[in-house]
Amino acid sequence: MTENILELNNLTKFFPAKAGGIFSRAKGEVRAVDGVNLTVGRGETVGLVGESGCGKTTVGRTVMKLYEPTSGQIVFDGQDITNLDRKEMKPIRSKMQMIFQDPFSSLNPRHTVGTIISSSFTIHDIEPEGGVEHAVRELLTLVGLNPEHINRFPHEFSGGQRQRIGIARSLALKPKLIVADEPVSALDVSIQAQVVNLLDDLQKEFGLSYLFVAHDLSIVQHISDRVVVMYLGKVMEMAPTRELFANPRHPYTKALLSAVPVADPKIGRSRERIILQGDLPSPVNPPSGCVFNTRCWKAQDICRSVVPETIQISPLQTVACHFPEV
Amino acid sequence: MSKFLEVTNLNVSFPTEDGEVRASNEVSYSVGLGETLAIVGESGSGKSVSNLAVMGLHNPVRTKITGSAVLNLADGPVDVISASADTVRRLRGKSMSMIFQDPMSALHPFFTIGDQIAEAWHLYNKGSKKDGIKKATEMLDLVGIPDAASRAHDYPHQFSGGMRQRAMIAMALVNNPSLLIADEPTTALDVTVQSQILQLLKDLQKEFNMAIILITHDLGVVAEVADRICVMYGGRIVEDGTVDDIFYRPEHPYTLGLLNSVPRITAGESHRLRAIPGQPPSLISLPSGCAFQPRCEYSTKVSSGACASTVPSLSDKGSGHLSRCHLDAADLNNLVKDKA
Ligand SMILES: Nc1ncnc2c1ncn2[C@@H]1O[C@H](COP(=O)(O)OP(=O)(O)OP(=O)(O)O)[C@@H](O)[C@H]1O
Ligand SMILES: Nc1ncnc2c1ncn2[C@@H]1O[C@H](COP(=O)(O)OP(=O)(O)O)[C@@H](O)[C@H]1O
Ligand code: SF4
Ligand code: SF4
Ligand SMILES: [Mg+2]
Ligand SMILES: [Mg+2]
Repeated sequence: MTENILELNNLTKFFPAKAGGIFSRAKGEVRAVDGVNLTVGRGETVGLVGESGCGKTTVGRTVMKLYEPTSGQIVFDGQDITNLDRKEMKPIRSKMQMIFQDPFSSLNPRHTVGTIISSSFTIHDIEPEGGVEHAVRELLTLVGLNPEHINRFPHEFSGGQRQRIGIARSLALKPKLIVADEPVSALDVSIQAQVVNLLDDLQKEFGLSYLFVAHDLSIVQHISDRVVVMYLGKVMEMAPTRELFANPRHPYTKALLSAVPVADPKIGRSRERIILQGDLPSPVNPPSGCVFNTRCWKAQDICRSVVPETIQISPLQTVACHFPEV
Repeated sequence: MSKFLEVTNLNVSFPTEDGEVRASNEVSYSVGLGETLAIVGESGSGKSVSNLAVMGLHNPVRTKITGSAVLNLADGPVDVISASADTVRRLRGKSMSMIFQDPMSALHPFFTIGDQIAEAWHLYNKGSKKDGIKKATEMLDLVGIPDAASRAHDYPHQFSGGMRQRAMIAMALVNNPSLLIADEPTTALDVTVQSQILQLLKDLQKEFNMAIILITHDLGVVAEVADRICVMYGGRIVEDGTVDDIFYRPEHPYTLGLLNSVPRITAGESHRLRAIPGQPPSLISLPSGCAFQPRCEYSTKVSSGACASTVPSLSDKGSGHLSRCHLDAADLNNLVKDKA
């Protein structure tokens, strides 16, 4: 048994840039994911953070093989799944599941909760012990829903409850890895905490591994063992959560952390803040050299011409920058 | 002394097929020039509905509004709730402005940004078309759009999300209003862009001495920009105090629950989050007592079941800030000890 449940080696996913619309001037490719290396250990939670459009969702969907990778390698549970086709993926799909951001559109409104959750079994031709209905009721109980509600429809539930239904569905086949794409972003603060706690409990109970995609850094910090920071399709920095938050080495990580508003006025008033200039560049025409150079206050000539290598800056921390913070 | 905006006992409800949605109940708040009042609460708690009433933006046929919202203008007070639609329309965009989460709701896709800002300016100012564009450029420059003179000719889709938000702010402020109501202005933005926009609002407030009402569900944003905070729950204000009152001396179990629900980025060891059990109430069938009662772990401390039967009043229990809870002063003081 390999140590890691998931390994991405130099993973790349480009989309053809559409003519017209916002990309009208620049034809070519959207470099959504551009050479990403990362691992998720067994039982580990890896947080994937970065601003809108940096490629987080694309990484998640490519891992699930919902997108075909452009190049690179995906190793799941010791097996190279990069080039497996739909049919070959089927037995593997049951071992990796995805939870989505939007608890409203990710559940079929015409199906009952029972049908939605049991579809996991029917798709994979699995007859759970004690029968499907029994299994569904158990799953509902597990995620904190009333098993009596098995025949209700998604619209009869609140956002947080719908997210629980999505989680129950993803757990049906006892997966090893769950890719959670912004699973609590659409929920209210008090409900977010309920779902985060549920994910914590389930991990403890079943030894699940999570690739947890989110833009909310305080939740990522809470739930992750390690954090990967992306910018314009590339990994900028990777470190154990504590190191990353205590001592960010990449200028972008530093700026990102300092931009997060802290729910503590005294700290908010006293802390130093880096306000980045400008917006994210387009992934169709990423800047040459270091992709962050157009917004980085430390940029030198070399940053505009030479792509920084990813260096191991301490035993567990890697950073892609010519002039990392000390 | 009276504040620039004084909202008193505002009730807003919508008759619907399922029953009456009582979105805003006995809501009172005020904000002074140069001051930022944050209104926080979960989605559906009545934040937007209350402030849309102040702006006169509800459909008069389908909305029942009572109470008052007085603007203390230089030439005397005006109650925008009882004033004629015409009067309110004339105040809107001039004395008070509103910006929203989605800038496209305020920007028309087929006109250039410059033309739209100029049009807002022409409503209250005499001047040539050229003067209007000049003013628009000046405003875009003020809100930090680089190369404003040429970007004024762009259409909204040519701007990024953050730039559109800046453009909407420019348009809202073109006539130098005394009150700006910002409804989740940064919710759709990335954090690095959010911090730019919040800084911009702070700078503009200083420059023009505006009163700002910031509507948000993000306690981090509130902590960083607000002077005072009103917490809403189930269509009512449940607590009203300074930033430090609310964050360090909360006097309502819901406020406490909200504060405890947020993971702290500064916390060392990760602890289990203290979630509030249950869900927010439906505004169609509000509980007859305290709206938070079904979720409140403190209600057992209140004798005679008052929590379930009587709506508590919003009052000062001796600390100088207001809360809507039946707990007595001693118990309320103890709430702080339960802070995570
Ligand atoms: N199917 C697609 N076709 C073309 N471009 C795409 C497609 N999916 C994503 N992209 C582009 O790839 C880039 C990365 O998108 P992705 O959805 O992975 O971002 P993200 O980090 O998840 O952002 P967010 O935080 O907004 O969810 C973006 O520029 C996006 O527009
Ligand atoms: N035009 C309307 N008709 C009926 N109900 C409405 C209308 N506008 C808002 N509501 C309801 O009023 C309540 C408060 O809404 P709102 O003030 O928008 O909440 P928020 O605190 O999220 O801003 C919600 O239950 C909402 O569904
Ligand atoms: S390589 Fe240069 S531009 Fe890139 S983050 Fe490091 S210092 Fe900044
Ligand atoms: S009035 Fe009662 S139920 Fe409501 S918040 Fe206070 S203690 Fe809790
Ligand atoms: Mg995404
Ligand atoms: Mg709202």
